[in-house]
Amino acid sequence: MNKQIILSVKDLSVSYGNINAVNGITFDVTEGQIVTLIGANGAGKTTLLRAVSGLIPYEGTVSFSGINLKGKTPHEIISGGITHVPEGRAIFGTLTVMENLELSAWVVKDKGIYRERLRHIFSLFPKLEERKKQLSGTLSGGEQQMLAIGRAIMTGGSLMLLDEPSMGLSPLLVKEIFKVILDINKSGKTILLVEQNANMALHIANYGYVLETGKIVFHGSKEVLSGNPKIREAYLGV
Amino acid sequence: MRLGLSYLIQQFLNILQLGSLYALIAIGYTMVYGVLSLINFAHGDVFMLGAFIFFLAALWLKLPFIPALIVTVCVTVCVGVLIERLAYRPLRNAPKMSAVITALGVGVFLENFTLALSPYPQHIPEIVKNRAWVMGQVTVSSIQTIIIAISVTLMVILDFLVRKTRFGMALRAISWDISAVPLMGIPVNRIISQTFALGAALGGAAGVMYSLAYPVIDPYMGIMIGWKAFISAVVGGIGNVRGAMTGGFILGTVEIAVTMFLPSTYRDIVAFTLLFVLLIFRPHGIFGTARSVKL
Repeated sequence: MNKQIILSVKDLSVSYGNINAVNGITFDVTEGQIVTLIGANGAGKTTLLRAVSGLIPYEGTVSFSGINLKGKTPHEIISGGITHVPEGRAIFGTLTVMENLELSAWVVKDKGIYRERLRHIFSLFPKLEERKKQLSGTLSGGEQQMLAIGRAIMTGGSLMLLDEPSMGLSPLLVKEIFKVILDINKSGKTILLVEQNANMALHIANYGYVLETGKIVFHGSKEVLSGNPKIREAYLGV
Repeated sequence: MRLGLSYLIQQFLNILQLGSLYALIAIGYTMVYGVLSLINFAHGDVFMLGAFIFFLAALWLKLPFIPALIVTVCVTVCVGVLIERLAYRPLRNAPKMSAVITALGVGVFLENFTLALSPYPQHIPEIVKNRAWVMGQVTVSSIQTIIIAISVTLMVILDFLVRKTRFGMALRAISWDISAVPLMGIPVNRIISQTFALGAALGGAAGVMYSLAYPVIDPYMGIMIGWKAFISAVVGGIGNVRGAMTGGFILGTVEIAVTMFLPSTYRDIVAFTLLFVLLIFRPHGIFGTARSVKL
């Protein structure tokens, strides 16, 4: 295996006033893999993703495919190839399912690519096709998560950031969503998955980082992390 | 007979004329509120500037009506975009109160800027020959026709923009949840600039048409009209474009209905009382809904 590093984060720190939400984090994401960041509520996971996609200012460096992202606007970063499925899905409730998807195609200029991605999204989530004319605010939590992931597929890019896709979903739905994440990864996208549900996340990931109060405390391959007794006790509940 | 059919038709035309002016201005308030949750108190003064620029274009540049209208709209668009860029954007993340105070300040600035250049009310020369067609007991003037036709056309175009285009979707997405919009790869600042541009275009056009119908203009004319348009937007459900249009026509109807039965000095007190009563029963306005978020 001689894979490229697609995302490289060095000494990343973010503070809100006097509080350090993220404190000097360094990690890499290898192309083609699913990398997960696990940690409890308030560990700084969401903050970290928000820094990567340029939504908040930070110290340190983030580079994507060798390009330094510092100072770039979210619009530039997203059209440069990173998509971000935010915490709590953030679908646009007063827009229909179709309008949500159309809006996420803002950077897609080619009609052919648009139609192809739409077919791909509807093949992954047939429910979305059934409900394409429905206001997305009336969808169930699971369907909203599908729409949020569908939007990211539509926007395109080679790296997908996923912020707690399991939040608020039934175990059955979580399984379904994670299966789709695996499918998306197999179709060639690199995935950075942030999760509280460490069991599920480590189940599909190649590599994991454990975050505690703004710092990385462990990291290793799926096997190493799942075998570590401390992590088993604290995060996997075994 | 005082309340005969032709009298009612006449009043209906008056309602259309007044209501469409309120509606055009109200759209500017509602769109900016939709994207920034900011009441752009300077918007009434952009309407006033529209009237003054039209006056200059007609008097100095000797432009006929349509070119003068286009020049006016171009200038007010620039003013609208500049206001957002210079006054509101630096305060995007500041407390809402600071932005509201700034909006009031921008309004005062525009009024006094105009006052410095034109200390006296100005009389708009007759740019459009005001002909009147008499049909039975109903009189239709050419100015009335122009105002209604242009306003309705502009509103139909705007409604199409908001409902059917990607810009409109982005606008509605921003008013739902501005934080997620950049993640779609959408340049939020550009959409906000375009929103101010559109609002100012409609406000400027309303200023032009208002000064055709009421040809004496002064730097403070935007205050009262601005308040009325703002209240129209609230009655319709602020943030909702169709609501703003409806609210404008409702206010126009109430005002004209009041003057049909009462002395015209009662107009504002009765109109506003009725609207406030309406808001007691529908606090989010006619088209507005209390927002709920599902997680």
